Amino acid sequence: MTLLELTEVGKNYGAVRALEGVSLAVEAGKISCVLGDNGAGKSTLIKIIAGLHQHDEGRYAIAGEEVRLGSPRQALDRGIATVYQDLAVVPLMPVWRNFFLGAELGRFRLDIPRMRAITREALARMGIELPDVDRAIGTLSGGQRQCVAIARAVHFGAKALILDEPTAALGVKQSGVVLKYVAAARDAGLGVVLITHNPHHAYLVGDHFTLLKRGRMAGSHPRSEISLEQLTTEMAGGSDLAELSHELGRTDPKERPPT
Amino acid sequence: MNTEVLAHERPLRRHHSRPELGALLAAVAVFAVFSVVAESFLRSASIGTVLYAASTIGIMAVPVALLMIGGEFDLSAGVAVTTAALTSSMVSYQLTAVTWVGSLVSLAVALGIGALNGWLLSRTGLPSFIVTLGTFLMLTGANLGVTKLVSGTVSTKSIADMQGFASCHWLFASQFTVGGLTLKATVWWWLGLVLLGSWILLRTRFGNWIFAVGGDAAAARAVGVPVARTKTCLYLGVGFCAWVLGQHLLYSFDTVQSGEGVGNELIYIVAAVIGGCLITGGYGSVVGSALGALIFGMTSKGIVYAQWNPDWFKFFLGAMLLLAALLNSWVKRRAERGPGR
Repeated sequence: MTLLELTEVGKNYGAVRALEGVSLAVEAGKISCVLGDNGAGKSTLIKIIAGLHQHDEGRYAIAGEEVRLGSPRQALDRGIATVYQDLAVVPLMPVWRNFFLGAELGRFRLDIPRMRAITREALARMGIELPDVDRAIGTLSGGQRQCVAIARAVHFGAKALILDEPTAALGVKQSGVVLKYVAAARDAGLGVVLITHNPHHAYLVGDHFTLLKRGRMAGSHPRSEISLEQLTTEMAGGSDLAELSHELGRTDPKERPPT
Repeated sequence: MNTEVLAHERPLRRHHSRPELGALLAAVAVFAVFSVVAESFLRSASIGTVLYAASTIGIMAVPVALLMIGGEFDLSAGVAVTTAALTSSMVSYQLTAVTWVGSLVSLAVALGIGALNGWLLSRTGLPSFIVTLGTFLMLTGANLGVTKLVSGTVSTKSIADMQGFASCHWLFASQFTVGGLTLKATVWWWLGLVLLGSWILLRTRFGNWIFAVGGDAAAARAVGVPVARTKTCLYLGVGFCAWVLGQHLLYSFDTVQSGEGVGNELIYIVAAVIGGCLITGGYGSVVGSALGALIFGMTSKGIVYAQWNPDWFKFFLGAMLLLAALLNSWVKRRAERGPGR
């Protein structure tokens, strides 16, 4: 089932063309990776999907229905949750307050014992054991914070999960932990958009790979049609890289003609 | 699936997460010192006086603390109190109306000032320090200018003989004796506002949003928290409390000096910071602000009872503020630091 679909979507910031003709489909229970270098248009793409910005061209459909999202709230209400790299959570707030932020139980009388218990259970279901949900979430490591944010999205019934560079600031081990929870979210039946510049992380979990370059699509491949080597080469710049290596032209000193 | 234990429980951390703990210790210490050095400090009349002094700061420290936890300042809070008192007095006097009419108009004006601050903040994107510095100066000028225009002098006419004064006086400026302790109406208002503010902050959805918009506005917005609306509501809270205190000033003294209130905004902020509020937002406590106000009240009156030179009051307060700010930032660093580091 296609959860959300972008068709030939474009976005301009004044005279700057940030995104042009980008198409992307997210299926339930699949992980769709978006790869691109800095400035490739990844964050613009996320902002459109998440409802922070509106697209100028093309079509954005959620569950087959064309939409123009005016706020992140509207995206959330349609089951699209976004986990941002740097602003997934509010550091000084306890884990349980972060977990329920924007979806608190009770308006004038928070059901705090239940909120604590649900937080603990939801994290445990994702395989995260956290004895004290009262501690400030800032005391957790970057990877752990990402995991809490993912568990939160899964718990609140997100159908599609957009992950912005979840492994960018993390070490190898932490990245592995986060990717494990990304896979857990997929197994829970969510459609995942994984945005990254790391082809190795993408290839570990991805079902489909979309490459962005200077705001345009530079490739779109299902997993069956591309190998990690090809993906890495394309990501590294493909022909650009070959050209660069030619220009830098380091020749072996032994082959250098004597002067 | 593997189960990963992310963090071990550390009971000590719990204590650090109570923002008002430092203020509580300081309040106990100040109380102990004056109990020893000033024999009249523990008399019931003195306690009533101390609590009254604390309440006139505490009533405003509650919304100012909530606003600071929400990540913003309000430098117009001090003169807004005077504006509320002046408005009430002048409307009643000029219209020869029941004083309740003046008070209701004043409530609308006070809430309007809050709404204006919130609106300017969200529309301009300027720091609240600048926005409310602007409204502070404008209100300071308008308080004097309008009062001179209307009554010809810098103070308002007495409204003590007007209809409704007695009931307004009862609500805002009377005193009640409980168990030999005579307490001004403001103490009860203060108590009620502390309980209400604390409930809102810790037990409601809106309270969760206050912490979030102050801690990280972008993250809050991303999960659907209405950031601008939350902050505007906090400014409305400041407006409401400025109204309460303004009515007290009016109905206890019958007339209002239009130049009053300047500088009080900083005292409210100091009380909030001593109570554990972070200057940068996202952390603090309403009960802490009450303890901050109480320290203020005990020190300002205690110095008199101890027959010390009252000039040292501000010196002591400044030192207290620095200590509190240092403690708060230390607590924040601890709270944000990762496990085992």
